[in-house]
Amino acid sequence: MANYSANQFKNGLKVMLDGDPCSMLDVEFVKPGKGQAFTRVKMRNLITGRVWERTFKSNESIESADVMDTDMEYLYSDGEMWHFMDTSTFEQVAADQNAIGDAAKWLKEQDKIMVTLWNGNPIAVTPPNFVELEVVETDPGVKGDTAQGGSKPATLSTGAIVRVPLFIEVGEKLRIDTRSGEYVSRA
Amino acid sequence: MFSNEWQPTASLANLRQRAELLKSIRHFFESRSVMEVDTQILSHCAVSDPFIDSLSVEYRPHPNAEGQFLHLQTSPEYAMKRLLAAGSGDIYQLGKVFRNGEVGRRHNPEFTMLEWYRLGFSLHDLMDEVELLVSEQIPGLAWRRVAYRDLFLEVLGVDPFLASLAELQDACRQTIEAEFDDEDRDTWLNLLMSHLIEPQLCGAVFVHSYPPSQAALACVHPDPSGNMVSERFELYLDGLELANGYHELVNPQEQASRLSADQQQRAALGLPQRPLERRLVKALEHGLPECSGVALGVDRLLMRKLNVESIAEVIPFGFERV
Repeated sequence: MANYSANQFKNGLKVMLDGDPCSMLDVEFVKPGKGQAFTRVKMRNLITGRVWERTFKSNESIESADVMDTDMEYLYSDGEMWHFMDTSTFEQVAADQNAIGDAAKWLKEQDKIMVTLWNGNPIAVTPPNFVELEVVETDPGVKGDTAQGGSKPATLSTGAIVRVPLFIEVGEKLRIDTRSGEYVSRA
Repeated sequence: MFSNEWQPTASLANLRQRAELLKSIRHFFESRSVMEVDTQILSHCAVSDPFIDSLSVEYRPHPNAEGQFLHLQTSPEYAMKRLLAAGSGDIYQLGKVFRNGEVGRRHNPEFTMLEWYRLGFSLHDLMDEVELLVSEQIPGLAWRRVAYRDLFLEVLGVDPFLASLAELQDACRQTIEAEFDDEDRDTWLNLLMSHLIEPQLCGAVFVHSYPPSQAALACVHPDPSGNMVSERFELYLDGLELANGYHELVNPQEQASRLSADQQQRAALGLPQRPLERRLVKALEHGLPECSGVALGVDRLLMRKLNVESIAEVIPFGFERV
């Protein structure tokens, strides 16, 4: 594996720290007065999700992590594992609850999902920024109420519950922003 | 993807503010009869500071000849002191300086520095003048002056002059994750300063009376409690390091030994050895008048004036787009 020295650090770089793959979220060059430079990095542990800060001297180096983000098709869940396929190689991988995390509630079969592989194993999945999902349960719609505020909970086909406007009916397809978990529009 | 790459990183409104700032700086010094100088950017010699890396460029007598390396100025300090020794009187310089490897939100490898020297000024006289210049640009700042030692005691409860290496490391590692080893006390002091103290500095704060190991080219003298301190200040604006001033060292022997000490430290750290500016020692032997001098980051002053977080927003083209 390659090594990166602190002056090569940049946002998005994947490295091994204390045995876990980590992603650099924010890299700040710090140069105090007449002293030597430091690189201050906000990092996410890709296994545990922990976010923390660590400071390096410019001559320090760390090992890169074999982490790849791959677009895959979501196939199905068997209750324990979530199965994905690389549509160019037809290779399949299975991710466990740890890797799936909160993404589970946005996964719709046949959607393209970004799967993060470490040494070939899935450690995280990222749904598209926007997904279109059907409403399976909500209070009856209020006719004519299209402009005023007010909202109600709706359960979607994946099990996710989102706040939606009062006029939404069961069976409608909605566009949802997965980053905020908020209703955007009718699909 | 690269369709915006031709565009400036600063808005035109910010560039107009920049033009105003440069004009009013020149007016500030003209009204005080301080002469503008523009010393050469290229030098056969390089800065000695171990932690400032010069950019080197190849000079050739003709295109196919073997080149020799010249160095871009990291500050006009050496050249300006040679002018002072030659009898220039009060001088200022407003121009570009270059520092290798320094890229970040607050750093650009090429930046605009304002440096000036005032004959007969004490360090506090010079702080007064810096305060006037900055206040013209950013009125209403709360100003404060504090000794380096008092600041460490106040924020961290650590005495930076007396604490052992182990105590400084402990103080760092209580809150900062830093796994590296370093035998240099200044590394740990700098870590505490940059990570824990700077973020606490509100308003305009002059930090002065640095440890002698961080004197650079400032005079060193004993303070009232008998500690040797250097007559150096740094000005911070809301934690952003803006200016660095000295009551200037005029003793040529001391100057020569500091240059040599820097070169030895470079060797010990495996850093490049570059030609030392021995002509500065000669200039001091001829006689540098008693004076104080300061270098101020003009881009950073504009960042604070316009309340922006990135240096790319106040210069026409940030490093990625030059």
